[in-house]
Amino acid sequence: MLPELFFAYFAVTITGLSILVITRKNPVHSVLWMLVLFIHIAALYVFLNAEFLAAVQIIVYAGAILVLFLFVIMLLNLRKEEIEQKFQKQWPLGMLAGTLFILFFVIILNKFAVFPAPGEYSIQAIQGEGNIMVIGKVLYTEYLLPFEIASLVLLVAIIGAVVLAKKKISE
Amino acid sequence: MPGTYIPLNYLPVLIILIVATLVGLLPLLLGIILRPKRYYPLKLTPYESGNPPVGEPQSKFSVRFYIIAMLFVVFDVEAVFLYPWAVAYDRIGLYGFIEMIIFIFILLIGYIYVWEKKALEWE
Amino acid sequence: MELNKLDLFSIRLIAPEIILISIALILILLDLVIKRKETIAFVGVLGTLTAAYVNYKLCAMGWTGSTLLGMFAFDGYANFFKLIFYINIILTIFISLRYMVLEEASFGEYYSLILFATSGMMFMASAVDLIVLYVGLELMALSTYILVGITRRQVRSNEAALKYFFLGAFSSAFLLYGISLTYGLTGTTNLKEIASALQNLNLLENPILFLGMILVIAAFGFKIALVPFHMWAPDAYEGAPTSITSFMSIGPKAAAFAALGRVLFDAFGPMHVQWSSILIPLSVITMAAGNIIAIAQTNIKRMLAYSSIAHAGYALLGIIAGTHGGLSSMMNYMAIYAFMNIGAFAVVIMLRSKGFRGEELTDYEGLAKSHPAASALMLIFMFSLTGIPPTAGFIAKFYIFMEAINAGYTPLVIIAVIFSAISAFFYLRVVMYMYMKEPKAHVTLSTSPAIFLTIAVTAAVTLILGLFPSLLVELAKMSIAGF
Repeated sequence: MLPELFFAYFAVTITGLSILVITRKNPVHSVLWMLVLFIHIAALYVFLNAEFLAAVQIIVYAGAILVLFLFVIMLLNLRKEEIEQKFQKQWPLGMLAGTLFILFFVIILNKFAVFPAPGEYSIQAIQGEGNIMVIGKVLYTEYLLPFEIASLVLLVAIIGAVVLAKKKISE
Repeated sequence: MPGTYIPLNYLPVLIILIVATLVGLLPLLLGIILRPKRYYPLKLTPYESGNPPVGEPQSKFSVRFYIIAMLFVVFDVEAVFLYPWAVAYDRIGLYGFIEMIIFIFILLIGYIYVWEKKALEWE
Repeated sequence: MELNKLDLFSIRLIAPEIILISIALILILLDLVIKRKETIAFVGVLGTLTAAYVNYKLCAMGWTGSTLLGMFAFDGYANFFKLIFYINIILTIFISLRYMVLEEASFGEYYSLILFATSGMMFMASAVDLIVLYVGLELMALSTYILVGITRRQVRSNEAALKYFFLGAFSSAFLLYGISLTYGLTGTTNLKEIASALQNLNLLENPILFLGMILVIAAFGFKIALVPFHMWAPDAYEGAPTSITSFMSIGPKAAAFAALGRVLFDAFGPMHVQWSSILIPLSVITMAAGNIIAIAQTNIKRMLAYSSIAHAGYALLGIIAGTHGGLSSMMNYMAIYAFMNIGAFAVVIMLRSKGFRGEELTDYEGLAKSHPAASALMLIFMFSLTGIPPTAGFIAKFYIFMEAINAGYTPLVIIAVIFSAISAFFYLRVVMYMYMKEPKAHVTLSTSPAIFLTIAVTAAVTLILGLFPSLLVELAKMSIAGF
């Protein structure tokens, strides 16, 4: 009973907060609601046994990416766009698509009845060894290729930021 | 629900969160309840050291902030990858060490690039 | 301990990628000390040739298999696509040299980003694990977004990059959602293991898995610009620097086709009935919208964007067929498309000169009188894109239609032939403008040895493959043999 209640609280709050984020007229308010949203998502990760992911959610998303969002909003200095509602003309269509998607999902939800056999890392194994230890063991052995490619993605992000946003770059 | 559990270890975190929220919100709430409410236009204008307010409250930020913030995000993510590596270090041994050297080396090139392009300087 | 399984010897299968990435890293550092961009471009071409040579040597030794704990496959299928990628890099660098100076965006980063994007594509072509596939796709996409926006003083380039980025981000989200649903049901991200889990866990009729597959197809649909997911393509193609338009109409498209083919055949192979029933309508509307909207275009880059959408519709027939023959005809199609499309864009780039865009169709009026050679070459590329014999474009279409008929999709092929006939209207209009109209303004061509070489090579290949199709067709068949 308690896990269901716990999950229900976070599921409902996350949905509500997401709606708040996309409906606020002041983008700074949107970002602040997003902060609350990120913290709730982090709590959901803890609940799903992904403690490291929860910590990353707080450090990277709530800590760094949100600041980036705020900078971009300040950079654009949206004023006119707040008053004109030009980005919102297509919301009925989006709403329709979203509703259909939810309906479809509700209909097929009970098909999640079959579960694959649990792998090496059951909940007990993870709790016994520690979450970060298990992630470290898997990430740096089995998934070493995606890990190295990730560093290239980060490098490209650095180059992109400099190439596109630096005021003067030498030709 | 399979795969989920009530994270009892995190109960103190929850309590601290609640207390911190209360410490922040309670004084504000008390203020709203207790203070006298007499509003008039002059009182509602923003206070700018006694001068009449000039211009919009929000001003445009320089795009330089964006580069700095973006670089911060990238190196922040790099640091996140170091946590599990450090914890699992004695289990993944030499391979893990070499992998991390390659990872850091690739980002080091990014760092040299940023440094040489003077993206960290305030022009 | 997993690490003991990591066979160091097998890492050499990933050597071409390692070489390409090292060269890209060296280019970044070189750019800081060397001011001449030609030197950087030259090192880039040299590095690509080295990677291609090493790749060829590994092939010649008859090595196939997977490395890095079954994440990365080295097989004929991937190598064929990598051949397209190498050609794409080299020819793109050739057509960029002069052009990027004209656009006042001659940055050294440009060349390393091309190499990074291509290494992402190579990981996509070789990925046998959905995680590697996703990270490779991100590496490719992120580099391409930057390349589209690299002429940063031009508003339309910024707009193009932004639109491409937004829709690309959506498609990444779709892909991740599809992957997570598939993982949730099968418990694995390895393609082969997904296929066996489908049978063992009796998931073939499961609607959630079906949804996951639809999302994966939609994500690749964005990358190859299938019709409901094509909205970014015309704007991104028009706004990007022309050399990058050419690069991204071939590389990311071929990479997404490679990944789509592998995912659908390897992981969802037993569900051929389901996925072909999704792909057939997509392919029909893609051919219809691509060919019909192209008629209304007045800008040649936009026209080639819609043409590129339409060609994705034809190439999809090879996957729909669901046979190895179909897949090899799709590979054949992508390779031929690479040559004829780069050739066409190279001619478009030649028309660009200082203060003159040369992107409107009317700019081609009477080109045959002032520049007969360039016009004749453009004629070859336009004939090839239409699919008129004896050009390679005809061969590409012929084989893909034949394989689709063999697999029993005759009505679909009839539709494709009809739209192919419609496409003649807008391709041949360019030819008509060049040969039948009087020149309006004086057009100067900005030629350089590199661009000349590119056009010569692409035109020669387009004609040679049209006359001797077996050269490429046999290679594609051979590549797919062990798939």
